[in-house]
Amino acid sequence: MTDILTEEQIERYSRQIILPEIGGAGQKKLLRAKVLMIGAGGLGSPCVLYLASAGIGHLGIVDSDRVELNNLQRQIMHSTKTIGVMKAESAKERINQINPDVKVYAYNTRLTSENIMGIIKDYDFIVDGSDNFPTRYLVNDACVMANKSFSHGGIFRFDGQAFTIVPGEGPCYRCLFSEPPPPGLVPSCQEAGILGAVAGVVGVIQANEVLKFVLGIGELLVGRLLIFNAKDSTFRIVKIPKDENCPVCSKAPRITKLIDYEEFCGIRAKQK
Amino acid sequence: MDIDYNQTLDLTGVACPINFVKTKLKLEGMPKDEVLEVILDDGEPIMNVPKSVKEDGHKVLAIKPFGDRFKLYVKKQ
Ligand SMILES: [Zn+2]
Repeated sequence: MTDILTEEQIERYSRQIILPEIGGAGQKKLLRAKVLMIGAGGLGSPCVLYLASAGIGHLGIVDSDRVELNNLQRQIMHSTKTIGVMKAESAKERINQINPDVKVYAYNTRLTSENIMGIIKDYDFIVDGSDNFPTRYLVNDACVMANKSFSHGGIFRFDGQAFTIVPGEGPCYRCLFSEPPPPGLVPSCQEAGILGAVAGVVGVIQANEVLKFVLGIGELLVGRLLIFNAKDSTFRIVKIPKDENCPVCSKAPRITKLIDYEEFCGIRAKQK
Repeated sequence: MDIDYNQTLDLTGVACPINFVKTKLKLEGMPKDEVLEVILDDGEPIMNVPKSVKEDGHKVLAIKPFGDRFKLYVKKQ
């Protein structure tokens, strides 16, 4: 299927095939790519919509929640019609409507230290669009250990950030913040307000990182934390060095086993 | 003077920008220095395709009238 572009594919992707950096060869790379989206929420929605539209051939979606009415203000992949449906399934339905070239794999599960390695192993690139610290650190550690590149995205009120991790090449998320904040110090995911458009900006930046990674073009946000402020409409880049004493990606890592941190939102508290 | 070419592509009735996309894809699959003949309609196609092919780094060898259409000869770079 990806050896020769069909007439329909040539038409569908014509506006990006025209780009000298993409062409037919680049389009075939996209169609062969396997990308895993963790979280089908505020970041995952815009990210997945662009990846599916661009013809990323294999998209895995991980989410253990169902679509709720209060999600629709920012989670633009879902709709009033899919309230109550598992988010990964709702995402799959939406992607199939947009682009039949994309094979979608829905994981209606929460990532844990036990299942994450088995899920990420089949993918070329991981996008972290999760809304909680336990998953964020789990994804970082698992990707570093499995040598998988991934994009981190975070949003809080009017601020957003994005950072790309290529293990062995640049710093990881723990080089930036070595440990999760203690529970209770940061507002839980449910207390935090968020403007939908901020999630949109960051999720689209993550999609752009995926496309560049797959195509092998441009400069990824490796070692560069991109910070977006929606109120001022400003972007800032902060250079992040590799932490020689990073607990997970340094030469002598302290963390060699995956950790299930305690959930911050009380309702999901889980002891391990 | 006739131009030797290795492959030909008839894009009669194919609108912009799909005609350029098809030319581009055809060239991608050809070895360097081979020549592609492209049949293009008058108007937008003959105005745009040769320009875009040049921007992509290929060499336009000639454009010849061909009835109410044109023949474009491109050397793959
Ligand atoms: Zn690190």
